Order: sequence, then C-alpha cells, then structure tokens
Amino acid sequence: MPRITVHVDGTTYTDDVSARTLLVQYLREHLGRTGTVVGCDTSNCGACTVHLDGQSVKSCSVLAAQADGHEITTIEGLSGDGGQHPMQQAFHDNHALQCGFCTPGMIMQAVDLLSDTPEPDDQQIREGLEGNLCRCTGYQNIVRAVRDASRRMRAGAEAEHTGETPAPRSAEERTAQPTGGQS
Amino acid sequence: MTSTAEPELGRSRKRKEDARLVTGATRWTDNMALPGMMHLAVLRSPVAHARITSVDTSEARRMSGVRAVVTGTDIAADQGSLPCAWPITEDMRSPQAPPMAVDTVNFAGEAVAMVAARSAAEARDALDAIDVDYDDLPVVLDVESAAQPGSPLVHTELGTNRSATWTFDSAEAGTGGDVDRALADAEVRVERTFRQQRLIPAFMEPRSVLVDPTSEQITVYSATQVPHILRTMLAMSLGVDEHKIRVIAPDVGGGFGGKLQVTPEEVLTFLMARRLGCPVKWTETRSETMVSAHHGRDQVQRLALAARRDGTVTGLNVELLADMGAYLRLVTPGIPILGGLMFNSIYKFDSYRFTCTNVFTTKTPTDAYRGAGRPEATFAIERMMDELAAELDMDPLEVRRRNWIDRAEFPYTTVAGLTYDSGDYEAATGRAEELFGYRQLREEQARRRQRADTVQLGIGVSTFTEMCGLAPSRVLGSLSYGAGGWEHAQIRVLPTGKVELVTGVSPHGQGHVTAWSQLVADRIGVPFDDVEVLHGDTQISPRGMDTYGSRSLSVGGMAAVSATDRVIEKARRIAAHMLECSEDDLEFSAGRFGVRGTDRGTGISDVALAAFTAHDLPEGVEPNLDAEATFDPENFSFPHGTHLCAVEVDTDTGEVRIRSYVCVDDVGTVVNPLIVEGQVHGGLAQGIAQALFEEAVHDEDGTLTTATLADYLVPTAADLPEFTTDRTETRATSNQLGVKGVGEAGTIASTPAVVNAVVDAVRHFGVDDVRMPCSPQRVWRAIRGVRASSETAPEAGGGLGSMETGGFAGSEGDLR
Ligand code: FES
Ligand code: FES
Repeated sequence: MPRITVHVDGTTYTDDVSARTLLVQYLREHLGRTGTVVGCDTSNCGACTVHLDGQSVKSCSVLAAQADGHEITTIEGLSGDGGQHPMQQAFHDNHALQCGFCTPGMIMQAVDLLSDTPEPDDQQIREGLEGNLCRCTGYQNIVRAVRDASRRMRAGAEAEHTGETPAPRSAEERTAQPTGGQS
Repeated sequence: MTSTAEPELGRSRKRKEDARLVTGATRWTDNMALPGMMHLAVLRSPVAHARITSVDTSEARRMSGVRAVVTGTDIAADQGSLPCAWPITEDMRSPQAPPMAVDTVNFAGEAVAMVAARSAAEARDALDAIDVDYDDLPVVLDVESAAQPGSPLVHTELGTNRSATWTFDSAEAGTGGDVDRALADAEVRVERTFRQQRLIPAFMEPRSVLVDPTSEQITVYSATQVPHILRTMLAMSLGVDEHKIRVIAPDVGGGFGGKLQVTPEEVLTFLMARRLGCPVKWTETRSETMVSAHHGRDQVQRLALAARRDGTVTGLNVELLADMGAYLRLVTPGIPILGGLMFNSIYKFDSYRFTCTNVFTTKTPTDAYRGAGRPEATFAIERMMDELAAELDMDPLEVRRRNWIDRAEFPYTTVAGLTYDSGDYEAATGRAEELFGYRQLREEQARRRQRADTVQLGIGVSTFTEMCGLAPSRVLGSLSYGAGGWEHAQIRVLPTGKVELVTGVSPHGQGHVTAWSQLVADRIGVPFDDVEVLHGDTQISPRGMDTYGSRSLSVGGMAAVSATDRVIEKARRIAAHMLECSEDDLEFSAGRFGVRGTDRGTGISDVALAAFTAHDLPEGVEPNLDAEATFDPENFSFPHGTHLCAVEVDTDTGEVRIRSYVCVDDVGTVVNPLIVEGQVHGGLAQGIAQALFEEAVHDEDGTLTTATLADYLVPTAADLPEFTTDRTETRATSNQLGVKGVGEAGTIASTPAVVNAVVDAVRHFGVDDVRMPCSPQRVWRAIRGVRASSETAPEAGGGLGSMETGGFAGSEGDLR
C-alpha cells in the first residue's frame, strides 16, 4: 500500500491507501469530504471535479496515489475563509442550481475556466463546461452565473450584489430579440 | 410584529436550499456512513432472457471482508413481488416481479445475486467471483412483433405479451362523435406513425439506499422522490408492519420520474439489513443506473386525423403500442393512459378514440419520466397539426387557431371528457410570435429555399397543454389507480413566533422550501426567514403523496395554504379573548389582529405565546397554534403555452442547429418567477434532448448499448441554445392560488417544436417525418431518401446501433 501525503483544503493528511483507490474515493471515504460527489463511472459527468495544484481535474480519473505531494482544493475548501467564493455566490444569485448534485463540480470547473479565460463570452463558457453534465437547469442560469462571477471577480468586489433578489437582467435578456429576417 | 414589505407571492426569492448545496455541505444518501455498516453490491444479468441453471457463490463467500452472499433462491420466500399500483383494466396481465430473479431473468440488468461486505470495493470484487449459468431463452425486443400472436413470450405463464388494452371512445363516453364516421367523411385525412424512442431519465445522483435495522423502527434512507409511497409499499409487499418502517429522503439529486419507484434495490437492501442486523448501504454505479433504473417513453403511435379543407379537425384516432419492458413497476401501465386524455390537446375535435395496448418485452421496465404520457401525446398531436398544415398548404399557426378553444369558451369540456378551467391560447401565441419574429423568419425561410441554400431554415410550432396537479382522488379512482391524489400539510406556530411548515411533498431540486416559505410568510404575516419547511421523513412528515406530475404546488401548496388559514382562525379566537372583543371585530393583516376602528391589536407571535402558556385561553381552545389540512383537488390544472423553434439544417451533413427558441408559458399565478424560469429551462433541455440527442438502444441480444454517459447523449452546455422565455398569466380557477404547475411544461412542449422545425426545414425535399432523435445521420438520410437499409448503422443520437425489427421503417423520412 503506497503511503501518500496530500494537502486537502488546507489540512495535511498522511495515509496508506491501496493502489487502486481513486482520489474521489479517498476524499469521500477516507477523509469524509463528501462535498465532492460521484455521478458516473466513465469520466463523463464532471460531478467529481476538484482542483489539483489549482487546475481542475476529474477526481474519479486520478488515483489517490497520484495526488501524493499535491495540493487538492474541493468545493468545501474553495472559499478558504468559510464564507463563499464569488462563484458560489453567483450560482446562488442566478439560480444556477436545482438539485445541486452537479453543482460542486460545476463550480470548480467554472472557477478553473475563469482562471484561464477571465472574460469569456457565452460560447466560451458553454464549451468550457462541456465536461460537466447538469440534468436540471438546462445550463442557461449556469452560463449567467459564470458571466456574473467573471464580472465580480474582475471588479474584485466579491459582494457587489447581495440583495434578496437576483441581479436585474439586461434588457436584451428579459425580452428576447426578434431574430428573424437576417439572411 | 414584523411584516413583509414586499409581497412574497410573485417575488424572485433566491433559494434557501442553496447555501449547503453550493458549499458541499450536503446530505446525499451515499454521503452517510453508520457504525458497523456493510456495503451492498448487486450482480446483474448480462443476458436479456434466460433460465438461471446454477449460481455458484462458494468462492465469493470466502473472499476478504465478505459477510454474506445472497441469491434469489435464498430470499424467494421473503422478497415478495414489487408493487404495481395501477391495474389499468380488470383483466390486466401482470407477472410476478421478484426484486431478485429466482429462476428466470427477463431483462439484461436484472438482479441475480448480492454481496454484503466491509467495503464497497470488496463487495464488488466478490461479485466477480460469483458464477451464474444461464440457459438462453428467445429475446423479445421489438414491441410491434411482440404484440403479434406467435411471438416468443416474455412471461410464458401469461400466454401472451399483451398486458392490457385500454380504450376511450368519445362516441361511447358521450363526449363526442364517432371517429370512424369522421374518418370516412373526411375531406382530408392525415395518417402517420410516430416512434417515441426509449429514454433514460438520467438524474445526476445515482440511486442509493441505506437501511438501518438497529433501532425500534427500521430506517430506510433512499434517494427517492416518494418516501411516503415507499414506506407503505415496503410494508404491503414485504408484510412488515408499516409503523415499524421509517423512510427518509435526504438530499435527492434529481428524479424526473426516475425516482418515482419502489425499486428492487430498496427491497434487497432492506432484506439484507434485516438478515445481518446491521446497517447496509447500496449505491449504484452509473452503468447500473442505465440498465436497471426504469426507462421512459417507448411507444409506437399510429394516428389518423380527419379534417375539412378549411382546416377544421373533425376526428382523431390514436392507436398506441406501449413497451412496458419486462415487468410492471409502480405506475408503468398507467403512463400511456395519462396521455390518453391529452391527444386532443387545446383543440375542439368532434370525435376521438384512443386505444393503447401495453406490451411486454425483455428490456428494462419503463415507467414515469418527466411528463409521463403527456409528452408522447403532445408530440403526436403537434406533429399531426403541422402535417395537416402542410397537407392544406396553410400556416401551422393558422391551422391551430382554427381548432383551438377560444378564450371566451372556458370552462370547456373536451372530447376526452376533461374540463379545462381556463386558458388564453391567443395571448400566449401572440406574445411568442412577437418575441420570435415569426413573420420575418418565414420570409427568411422562403428566401433560403428560393436560393437553394445549403443551410435551410425550419420553423417549428408547438401549442401545448397538459394536465397537471395529480390528482383529484375520484378521477384516479375512476382510472383504477391504487391511491388518492391529495396532499397534506401542517403548520406549527412556535412559542417564539417562528413557523414550522410540514409538507407531504418531497422536493429534490424544485425549490419547495423557498416557495412554501413564501406562501406561508405572506399569509400568516411573518418574515420569509422565520418559516422552516420540513419534509422528506415519514417521522417528521407523517402523511404525503410526494412529488411528481407537477403536483406539488397546486396540491401540496394548497394544503399548506389551507393549514395556514386554519391556524389563523384558531389564533383569531385566542386574540379575541385576549383583546376582549368579538371575533367579528378583528381584522387580520400582515401578521396582526386589529380591533376594527381602534388602534388596539395583537400580533400572531403574542397569540402563539399566549397559546403556549395557556394561562388564559377561551373555553375549548387547545394550547397551541397548530393546524393541519389535507387538500384534494377538484380538477386537474391545465398549464399551456406556445413554443416556437427555429433550426438551421445543413443539408449536406444533416446537422441541426437550434437558432432560436422562444416559449411563452402560462402556468397561472407564479409564486417565484426565478424558480419557474429554472423549471422551464430544465424542462426544455430534456425535451430538446429527446428531439435531437437521446435514445436508449438495445442490440439484437437485448443488451443496452447506450449504457454509459458516453453513449447516452445527455446534452452538455455546448449542445443547447440560449432560450427566450416569457409568460402569460391566466389564473387557474380550480384552486385558490390560481396556480397550475410548471415542472413538466418545458419537456412536454419542446420536443414537437424542435422536430416540427427539423421537418419544416427539409419538407421541400419531400420529407414528412424524421425519427427521433433527429441525429445528423437520420436527417441526412431523410433528405437523401435512404430508408431502412442503413438503420442499424451507428447513430450519433443512438450510441452504437439502433435496433429495429418489424415494420417500423416507414416513418423514416418517407419520400413521396
Ligand atoms: S464521477 Fe463522473 S466524471 Fe468523475
Ligand atoms: S442542478 Fe441537478 S444536475 Fe445540475
């Protein structure tokens, strides 16, 4: 059994794990960090997404042994200080989750997306989240949330909108544009 | 006393549920671990139809960490038969449905053995060491040939693959005329056969069950939509005392009907936990979900429509073959029947007949999936209306206008015998046309056709309605359903003025905690944050019918409202006593009882405290401010809407791109617009997925070839467009809130809008149908007029291969 030392959400753990233990199993079953979830067995759903040294990975396709000596951030450690990361706030404010099962992975992937592309357009957001499936939301509000988080994070103002109702939609979002007659 | 400044009803409150979901502080069933807990793994049949000749578990039993290995034979006497609550006809044929196969397997994925071990990994390892010998029986895969006499049988003891035939005939029911006459006299007849492909609900949280038998009540944690139904059914089918079972649905990660079930695994985990006397948990892999959790849809629909040349439809005949799969699960037989009352949709047809034959095949059982019977019906009629429009060379919206129920005609009793209480199809359609730019798009379409552009534009229409708010108990009774359709709620005003609302619905993503808080806060006059909504545990919420069928708000929300009103009436007596006035002198608003014409009064929380101390209560008033109510709706509710879809079809590649999607839904009064919009988005995604991407495909041996999320194409963010949503608001008159239900609307409406658009884009090539999912290959072949010959070729929308036998090829892009 390999012995590994992993830093997870700010805590260091040293453990003996069996060679076949997946990182996601290690997080959930050994460390009790059940915020990260498993949605599939073919690396398609992205529900298990965490950050390994700041990069998003699907923790079901990484062995625990491969995380030896690395820094893992999960949804439970994302905000660091126990508050909420702007992405978490943006998901809440834009109703970007329903059942919430895809949400941890979706948020971790979205944070990674913005660190590569701080000002993505909608198409870049959609493509950047392609590895994460959501069955509930139809993705529209997830795209909105990522756009919103991008604005907040660039403004550095993490709490610029914390009112009880969601940010007002822009005019073109509220009433759709007629799209005809462009040929 | 605080009061809410802005009314809660109609306010886009952000959800109370989110805080723990966005931070990972969740309680999914699989997150739980109890002391001494064993892990259960289930061995599944790799073959679709076979006799089990031997099962050797000796090696598995010796493996590390293995506590028990159990086969169907071991539990044959205890496991009972899984319940089917909906015998649609008196003579319905229903096979025994053991949770674990004993001597025969009837679909690939059926449980044949199980292992309990110290760890999940050890349990799975031991499955590999179990040796099962099968003696193959003929597989029965195609629903049309299965229905023929002489077909090999799924259940030989039944003597046929036909489970039941259910009919509705307007001439017999006295709700309309004779369809045969209408068809004989028709100026125009349109006949089509549509295939509702088999779908997989694909909720994101795999199912999980944890059973703890170590206390007085056996506690069952399950990722279920229906904790109350599960408890009663476990008691009935296992003969365990109902009061000795507690069911908890913790956080549940989506359901869409897929978790409206009493599953084999729930029973098996229960049996194993009882056997071992320790907690046992089963969590499925995604591959298990795909083969063993019930599937949805899967019908062959034959329709004949009679009309006059002016576009007036005079009759509709519908013949369905519905694929049950191998067994009748909880409500399997009733799913197509739910659609049987809806084929006439928003239209005034003179005559209507519906015949559905339910057929067994050796495939995963089907059951509820978002919409459950109604998407199938809506798809068929909305496709037919477009086909009629094409036949008459009339605008598809105009054909609908000529047939729909005018706004002045409500309430309207349809040819299927349902009374629609309200609606305004003109308003929703008008708004949708405007948002969509209908006329401009038609003009662009004409220009592209004229230029013979490679990329053609298609416009699809769907003006739908659905019956929601399941359900008036007496109607369920008349449809032979095994339970009522009421819902229950309790309100408790605590001594400090905080409010607990207990509801019998069981949310799993719908935001009921937020919406119910809004409902009650407004009515009782306490802040939104002072309301706690309790649900999903039979010990906390003792009565309920759970969540499905867009019923929660229109039935469960109404129960909450009724219970609140009772609390207020109770408080009124105490307040009158406190203020030494007559009850009639009191007016209640914003949480305060005021004595009319004075400035004297008392707040509800003071009344709650007075009730709690009970030092001075009026005669006969009990010392609390609690009340409960059960609401049984008088009628269904009928949300409706107009969905318009524009697609671009590349005629060289068959690729379909949704260019714009506009929907205007009328779901009645809206409690929380944010949540309603989210429900519509999610519904649209699933309906569009049926039109373009998803299909559960079996190979010729009956193996599901789309058994992973790599093969079964749940759409990603990149596959879906931005939707334009709007609403009109016509109050339902069937409930005090005026609400109609929204959970299924998007799914029901969108599939025909998309397929109509695809067909419209290529109709000038002679195409009058494209089978779902409209994958590039299918669209391309439809354009090229290639028919059945290549239907077993790989499909983008169908995983590895599309299994089709029998006479179904004709619907693939007929050229004429
Ligand atoms: S669990 Fe699905 S990708 Fe990791
Ligand atoms: S919110 Fe349910 S799967 Fe995304």
